[in-house]
Amino acid sequence: MASEIHTQAFDPWQAIQHYQQAHMAAGKYGATASFVGTMRDFNEGDEVQVMTLEHYPGMTESYLDKICEEARQRWDIMDCLIVHRVGDIQPNDPIVLTCVWSAHRAAAFEACRYLMEELKSRAPFWKKETLPEGHRWVEKNTEG
Amino acid sequence: MTITVKFFASLRERVGQAEASVSSAEPISVDQVWAQATSNMAMPDNTLCAINMQYVDGNQQANDGDEVAFFPPVTGG
Repeated sequence: MASEIHTQAFDPWQAIQHYQQAHMAAGKYGATASFVGTMRDFNEGDEVQVMTLEHYPGMTESYLDKICEEARQRWDIMDCLIVHRVGDIQPNDPIVLTCVWSAHRAAAFEACRYLMEELKSRAPFWKKETLPEGHRWVEKNTEG
Repeated sequence: MTITVKFFASLRERVGQAEASVSSAEPISVDQVWAQATSNMAMPDNTLCAINMQYVDGNQQANDGDEVAFFPPVTGG
């Protein structure tokens, strides 16, 4: 189980591959489910040039770990990984990765969705968008 | 006793400070910490509060050495 905060751009597919090679025993897991959130260049009808992600260092890490632990208690999963960007993010940059390994698909799918939804509702991150006209804070999450 | 206060994101900009320190002779509630740190500014309805990085309600008591944080609804992911 791991959660990582990255201040620089990351490659989610490479992150999955590295974690899998380092932590998962070959031949023991049968399902890998992942979700990648990527920055769009528009929101609510406006062009977004840059997005700045702020967080609460310390509390963020502790909540991401807590969410991973909860997923492990609720589903029969073998391991999970969360990676989240902070700082200035450009359109098309990955923002977040949640990935779950399990023996069978149902647990991996469900736990992966759980990690993402809990992260969005509880982990202390905030998005600020840079538009051609200036800045604005994102006030609420969009419906899943 | 001394309590460290932190403000994040849009709330930090609204309050005009990222960090403050509040002194009190006895333990005080999170709502009272807000009032002291912001000179009685009205707290926005959707404000989230934490003591030592755990979510709490405004009536929770803060003690000496605690870190109390105030921030708007979270929007990560």
